[in-house]
Amino acid sequence: MTNKTVLHAKHLEAGAKMVDFYGWEMPINYGSQIEEHNAVRNDAGMFDVSHMTIVDVQGADAKAFLRKLVINDVAKLETAGKALYTGMCNLEGGVIDDLIVYFFTDTDYRLVVNSATRVKDLAWIGEQANGFEVTITERPEFAMIAVQGPQAKAKVATLLDAEQTAAVDGMKPFFSAQAGDLFIATTGYTGENGYEIALPADQASDLWQQLLDAGVKPCGLGARDTLRLEAGMNLYGLDMDESVSPLAANMAWTIAWDDESRNFNGREVLAAQRAAGDQPKLVGLVMEAKGVLRTGLKVVTPHGEGVITSGTFSPTLGFSIAMARVPRAVKLEETVQVEMRKKMVDVKVIKPSFVRNGEKVF
Amino acid sequence: MSNIPSELKYATSHEWVRNEGDGTVTIGITEHAQGLLGDMVFVELPDVGDEVATGDDIAVAESVKAASDIYAPVSGEVVAVNEDLEDSPELVNSDAFGDGWMFKIKLDDASELDALLDAEGYANVVDED
Repeated sequence: MTNKTVLHAKHLEAGAKMVDFYGWEMPINYGSQIEEHNAVRNDAGMFDVSHMTIVDVQGADAKAFLRKLVINDVAKLETAGKALYTGMCNLEGGVIDDLIVYFFTDTDYRLVVNSATRVKDLAWIGEQANGFEVTITERPEFAMIAVQGPQAKAKVATLLDAEQTAAVDGMKPFFSAQAGDLFIATTGYTGENGYEIALPADQASDLWQQLLDAGVKPCGLGARDTLRLEAGMNLYGLDMDESVSPLAANMAWTIAWDDESRNFNGREVLAAQRAAGDQPKLVGLVMEAKGVLRTGLKVVTPHGEGVITSGTFSPTLGFSIAMARVPRAVKLEETVQVEMRKKMVDVKVIKPSFVRNGEKVF
Repeated sequence: MSNIPSELKYATSHEWVRNEGDGTVTIGITEHAQGLLGDMVFVELPDVGDEVATGDDIAVAESVKAASDIYAPVSGEVVAVNEDLEDSPELVNSDAFGDGWMFKIKLDDASELDALLDAEGYANVVDED
């Protein structure tokens, strides 16, 4: 049984090439992945992300529960609407999923988790909620559209009413607001400004059409992947999974250690790993020669072998980039080698961040 | 349904072959193949002067999505390559049967062309994909 989002017909209407994405029939592109990628870098593009899972966590213990569930500390969230990126680990310190937590009050939070991990996430969250006074509510009645790019906000602004305009006025990155029927967040997965907008499913086609009419280009999963990789953002299942520590997935910054009494899932294992300092690390690779770095290719370094977790051609830069998990001793700016089609090719190690706001950042 | 010109010959591995009538053939990949691969970002071509045998992998088409080997559909000597693809690999997407051609081979044995598929035969291959 394949799931379809409420925007399925709009995708077909726009000439989308549809693929199976973890049980969802989703657009991979609408003709050219590169044109879609460039639209987001240079103007505005939109993605149907209705397949992602919205989960509301409410109740007297919501804060205490989330302080255990995720590795970042929701106690940092003090302003209504503020969002936090974090990992959700198992007791062995492996990453079950990465997610965004939106804060409304100490008793009211919203999580947005990956679609591919929906079933296990919901099972885990439900199990972990035992003993806490919380209600966990999945919200499949919402669709979600991400509008991203330097012109994204201006184009969305032409569609908003006075109340919605006021709600998003001056909104900083990683914030959100409920404005009428729209839940508008300044989060995204492309390294550009823009919004992620959740709304009642029956209104999604109208908003999609209005965005199209405002000149926002529909973009598929293909462009979403090249954009997020240029932005150095992890993809669950490639750059991390349950067998990987957040310390080995460039997610150490999302672990909040300060409150020693906070016993978040996986803390003991992660603290031991941190003390040992022996976890591999996720770095960026750039290769200006011809060819494309791909997932799974072997990385050879003076300190041992590593592996490419995600690789692609970067449409913005014009050459190939990748994220790779390598021994911790590998240094930035070092040259290492990748085994490509039986040849060893030199690549440069950098921080895993390649393009921000349309510009090269290394 | 992809465009499959009737005047060309085809290999099951999605190369097209145009007989130039002077002992040489021009070779590229089909519109169907470029559609499967998506946006082309590099094309690695053989060298002029290479001697190739039928079935040899002699070029690589790298799209954003995947790298795909291109096979020699006939035996012979590579007498030209499409240098425009160096800077504009997207020609393979925009004009697979025209400006997106990849290389030309001087045939060792013209009868090898008879072993290739005609448009109808190739259409059947595409249907099975």
